[in-house]
Amino acid sequence: MSSTAVFGAEPDVAGNVSYVGPAPKRIVVAYGFWIFLLSDIVMFSALFATYAVLAHADAGGPDGAQLFHQSRVAIETGCLLLSSYTCGLMWMAVGARNAGATYLAAAVTFLLGAAFLALEASEFAGMVMIGATPERSAFLSAFFTLVGCHGVHVTFGLLWLAVMMAQVATKGFRPMVERRLLCFSLFWHALDIIWVGLFTVVYLMGAR
Amino acid sequence: MNLLGELSWSAIPFDQPIPLGASVAMILAVLLVLGWITREGYWPYLWREWITSVDHKRIGVMYCVLALVMLLRGFSDAILMRSQQAFAAGGSQGYLPPEHYDQIFSAHGTIMIFFMAMTIMIGLMNFALPLQLGVRDVAFPTLNSVSLWLTASGVLLTNISLVIGEFAKTGWMNYPPLSELQYSPGVGVDYYLWALQISGIGTLMTGINFVTTILKMRAPGMSYMRMPVFCWTALATNLLIVAAFPVLTATFAMLLLDRYLGFHFFTVDAGGNMMMYVNLFWVWGHPEVYILVLPAFGIFSEVIATFSGKPLFGYRSMVAATMAICILSFLVWLHHFFTMGAGADVNGFFGIMSMIIAVPTGVKIFNWLFTMYGGRVRFHVPILWSIGFMITFALGGMTGVLLAMPPADFVLHNSLFLIAHFHNVIIGAVVFGAMAGYNYWFPKAFGFRLEERWGAAAFWCWFVGFYLSFMPLYVVGMMGMTRRMQHYDNLSWRPWLIVAGIGSLVILAGIISQIVQLVVSIRNREALRDVTGDPWNGRTLEWSTPSPPPPWNFAVLPQVTGIDAFWIAKQTHAREAARPQRAAPAQPPDYEPIEVPNNSATGFVTAFFAVVTGFALIWHIWWMVIVGVIGAVATMLVFAWREQEEVEIPAEEVARIDREYHTELAA
Repeated sequence: MSSTAVFGAEPDVAGNVSYVGPAPKRIVVAYGFWIFLLSDIVMFSALFATYAVLAHADAGGPDGAQLFHQSRVAIETGCLLLSSYTCGLMWMAVGARNAGATYLAAAVTFLLGAAFLALEASEFAGMVMIGATPERSAFLSAFFTLVGCHGVHVTFGLLWLAVMMAQVATKGFRPMVERRLLCFSLFWHALDIIWVGLFTVVYLMGAR
Repeated sequence: MNLLGELSWSAIPFDQPIPLGASVAMILAVLLVLGWITREGYWPYLWREWITSVDHKRIGVMYCVLALVMLLRGFSDAILMRSQQAFAAGGSQGYLPPEHYDQIFSAHGTIMIFFMAMTIMIGLMNFALPLQLGVRDVAFPTLNSVSLWLTASGVLLTNISLVIGEFAKTGWMNYPPLSELQYSPGVGVDYYLWALQISGIGTLMTGINFVTTILKMRAPGMSYMRMPVFCWTALATNLLIVAAFPVLTATFAMLLLDRYLGFHFFTVDAGGNMMMYVNLFWVWGHPEVYILVLPAFGIFSEVIATFSGKPLFGYRSMVAATMAICILSFLVWLHHFFTMGAGADVNGFFGIMSMIIAVPTGVKIFNWLFTMYGGRVRFHVPILWSIGFMITFALGGMTGVLLAMPPADFVLHNSLFLIAHFHNVIIGAVVFGAMAGYNYWFPKAFGFRLEERWGAAAFWCWFVGFYLSFMPLYVVGMMGMTRRMQHYDNLSWRPWLIVAGIGSLVILAGIISQIVQLVVSIRNREALRDVTGDPWNGRTLEWSTPSPPPPWNFAVLPQVTGIDAFWIAKQTHAREAARPQRAAPAQPPDYEPIEVPNNSATGFVTAFFAVVTGFALIWHIWWMVIVGVIGAVATMLVFAWREQEEVEIPAEEVARIDREYHTELAA
């Protein structure tokens, strides 16, 4: 009975709201993944707080105004936001059980994510080249860790997306695969939210 | 390049007789257990029924076993410290050199907090939660197994440090700059950090798992305000885990970057800020205190209501107090370091918030007292622990309010007064709560009760031993003795520390009584057998199942109509039976096939690779790090491609087993 139970609270005869029973698996999985995302955002908040404390501890080294290039960051942001849109298209294709469209949207999402990473890597490399390494100052330690941690998340997301496409190819759109794709898209959108905060706190506020 | 990184024969303490002796004893004990399992041929059984099990009850039992073994380890550290301080006064240096003593107090704190207190609470929640919620398992059973084995990985790494290398000498909070590479160049801090990172991931996944279970998987009819109080406190605890553990992970990651890659988060140079570590650590650390104690509050609520034969007094206020503590616990972290010098207004705010937390806690104490008032209290072992808790915890709470005053704290900061205070609340609440829960749920897990006389002896030894051990520490703390002293010159402290040492021996007698209690109970299990599944005349749903429950817990999901669902069902049943003319005989329930999750080696294999990776990182063996990470990823992929998630138990099988239980119940 548990697998078919109606989800949510419904009034009983006396008008009291009572709980109908365990939620179906799809709800449980998505809900659990939401809680994970919240915990991930809490982890980022610790890194944000650290960055805020150390943002001006440059120990006589280069500061944000000297290092950040707004135009490159704008393109990075564009890539990531657009990839969220194509990720949404992928989810619609999954809903329509259209494998071809799913692969196409996933490929575009992957490429946009990879472009984002390439731009970020070139930014990091450029900074390291002029001696602005994380060992230089507490500010740079915090910068590389906060932005790098987001980059590691994006990298993991790309690997996950590739694995999911392999799962679609080998297993088709069975409920298990569909649940995982749902979790992936939640993850991908959450990375966008974090990037918006990061873009504001690090690049916009740091450029002054 | 050295193939073994920084690992060499000098890592083994051949020149230090005490660590070497402890290592040899530990290795012999492990070999003895493994040899016995092999001789008896238990490996296939262990692998099939326990190691790969994803059943929340089995996982809960394994957590508790792990925690009790770690209690022995952490307690032997405590005995070493108490005896050292009893001897090492004036001209005597005692028998433990400072480098060794420093490792002992660090290991004691780390093990007791992470691998004893938290592990046993997670074990008890694992065992009891789904049963109390009236469901068949947690939300993510395989993830649950991964959590368990990652915790075990952390335990293993911490204990490996006893034999190979060293443990941290920094204290269990591991504050920089002492924990930075410059001042702690050895592997001790790395053992600490990687062991806690790995087990911390396990704990975080437990938090996610349980929050989802409680919020999304309950028996039909169990609205939030019908949940047993233990489920409420478990919800609060797991919300705290989800909100606090990521901060610890981030903080440790930053310290690791400082140590491994030369970053400057907490260093004294290049703009690093060591007080940021202290702040971040306690943003996790204060909620952690409530992660430990809230489940204990839940256990006491269940135990006191059950053995008083009354519903819990003030259920709603108990829920409100629990959630208030859950939120307030994030607003008090700074009271751990008033001496940072944040200024009078900041210290004043955190001092007042800390005092406010005593209000919901006081509400709870009164609720428990009023539950017992007018009840017919049956003095079984769990209620002894509960009463001992109320007395001890009230006292510890009062010294806590004292420390919450910044001016007093400036004097008592880092003194043995503080040590006495937090042992007063953690032993008084968490350990006593764990022991109450252990005695309370043991019959449900194994089908027989624990022997009562040895159980009572254990309680009295712990209770008396606690006061003998820690009341003297309040006194020497007031006299100015700071924590973590390997040796001291002030001879007026010594008599108090000798009393404290004797107290630790009384606690040792308590621990021995508990071991005897377990052995005696297993021997007499036929006499102590619980055939009804309800040995205590319980109130909540776990007592409506056979002891031990079948893998699917409930043949048919129970329909919940109020708080204390099983109590209501028993009352209704009794009324029905008392009627002169009974209506039509009760219909046999509608059995349906049940899907049970498949066993999975994922948790165990992942943990194996986690240990390999952790060990390699500690010793800078980079090729082994790559092997470990690839292994873990491969394990995940294999799991992702598994074909069958669940096995179906046919309805006839469920019906047969359920009927057997009910026939036995009637007879």
